[in-house]
Amino acid sequence: MTAPAETPRVIPPAELPQKVSTKKPKGRSDLSSALAFLSPTLIVLSAFVFFPVVFSFYLSFHSWNMFSSTESFVGVGNYSSIVQNPEFWSVLKNTAVYTLGTVPLNMVISLGIAYFLNKKLAGKKLLRTAFFAPVVMSSVAAAVIWRWVYEPSFGLLNYGLSWFGIPAVNWLNNPTSAMFALIVMGVWKTFGFNMVLFSAGLQGIPEHYYEAAQIDGAGKWKQFWNITVPLLSPTTFFVLVMSVIGSFQVFDTVYVLTSGGPLGSTKVLVFYLYEQAFKFFDMGYASAVAYLLFAVVFILTMLQMKYLRGSIHYSS
Amino acid sequence: MKQKKVIGSVVLHLAMYGLALITVAPFLWMLMTSFKTLPDILTYPPVWWPKEFIVDNYVNAFSAAPFGRFYFNSVVIAVAVTIGQIITCSMAAFAFARLRFWGRDVLFYIFLGTMMIPGQVTMIPGFMMLYWLGWIDSYAALIVPGLASAFGTFLLRQFFLTIPRDLEDAASIDGCGRFGLLWRIILPLSKPALATLAVFTFMGVFNDFLWALIVVNSEEMRTVQLGLAIFRDRYQTDWGQLMAASVTATLPILLVFFVAQKYFIKGITLSGLKD
Repeated sequence: MTAPAETPRVIPPAELPQKVSTKKPKGRSDLSSALAFLSPTLIVLSAFVFFPVVFSFYLSFHSWNMFSSTESFVGVGNYSSIVQNPEFWSVLKNTAVYTLGTVPLNMVISLGIAYFLNKKLAGKKLLRTAFFAPVVMSSVAAAVIWRWVYEPSFGLLNYGLSWFGIPAVNWLNNPTSAMFALIVMGVWKTFGFNMVLFSAGLQGIPEHYYEAAQIDGAGKWKQFWNITVPLLSPTTFFVLVMSVIGSFQVFDTVYVLTSGGPLGSTKVLVFYLYEQAFKFFDMGYASAVAYLLFAVVFILTMLQMKYLRGSIHYSS
Repeated sequence: MKQKKVIGSVVLHLAMYGLALITVAPFLWMLMTSFKTLPDILTYPPVWWPKEFIVDNYVNAFSAAPFGRFYFNSVVIAVAVTIGQIITCSMAAFAFARLRFWGRDVLFYIFLGTMMIPGQVTMIPGFMMLYWLGWIDSYAALIVPGLASAFGTFLLRQFFLTIPRDLEDAASIDGCGRFGLLWRIILPLSKPALATLAVFTFMGVFNDFLWALIVVNSEEMRTVQLGLAIFRDRYQTDWGQLMAASVTATLPILLVFFVAQKYFIKGITLSGLKD
């Protein structure tokens, strides 16, 4: 089963297993009771995670329509037909455009809001609740609502734009604007999550750094660039990696908002994978696509871990 | 100087509340539309407040598709998975945090490693497993794969490690077994972590779409999210009904969120970064 979309998968070093000091004197092993405690988890994870990871890899080297034939070994055939398939490249391009569209915008908005939420403000809790609300809503419902917001004749967005003299746009029926619509909705849906991470990061910066800078006559802007930005960088990097991983996996909103259209302009990687696997039942090919996605996520995660290991930890 | 500060504060408040309003505008728009009559919905310029409040959209949506049934399914699945995960994760976390056995750290690293595997990689063989087991289109397909979680195990293990052992040592001397230690000592002290895991799991399962889309065929097994997605395919522009159905699909999660907000926030920061 897929974990909640927002569940972070990257483990910061503070969380890596420390040697657990087992105070037991003689070092007697608790293997039998450990097995008892672990067995429910091990059984389920074996069936739905450990085995699938391995089997998926195996499948990616086979050709198999699961309902009509047995699998046959094709070597790297699936991978080579993927890279020779122009549709795959257009799907990859769409995913990249979506990522480049959502991630920077999302980060600027979420950092900005977190920064100002850290200031003296009446009704902070209420504000935070409002900004976070889209995160907890289901992507399906969110996309249904946004279809209505984007509705060309009676939708909220075109009405709002008309105040500024901008003519009505048929958002979801035009390849360029459909991707734009998907990006705007994606940012709306997820910035609250990053806001929480940034808030935690900001609260971790010791107050006395700012006090010292103030005594030295540094203005707000200078303080932001010379204290906040560098001290927040581990958080920023974490948010960046998580956001890129998340946007590479976008599916629900695409399915409901645009179904990959118009003209395939919003068909992203996971949507393509879903089609190959569960519309055409080409399980081998789809597994290869899944492994390419895995490779992207893996590389990003490794970068994240390496960065955090190497980063300096300031503490008060 | 002081005047400047006041002005700055006013601007800040206006900007932040303005942004918050824009953020929640789609929610309000959904809620208002769901109570509007058709002529009210199709007016330009749009009106926020319905001229006449009606509940017909809800009645019609619930008779056009068995949303009551979808709801029931979603709640059963989400509750079952949440309870299941609390049990399995706390047991596994206990083993990792308190027991000593051969291969423990390696196994724990494997658990951590699985957390970075995208769900899409395990999805296809997971589907096949259910197919071979004959579980496609059943509650089992929607519940069993979620009954364990590396993430949940990790979250609880981290929390268990912060609990001092003295109490357990005392209890052990008094003849308390290991299940007793977990049940009587550790779990009662771990309520915040358990609440965090519970709200995250409940939200994740209730909002899940892709898995349900794959493993469900029949109408009576649909979850709320799947039902809503199919409903929107069928009633493309019946905005009143679509919004009523969306309100229905959103409300329970928003309620859980309002009640348990601090656990959501804590969950994100705990799992994300430590101060």
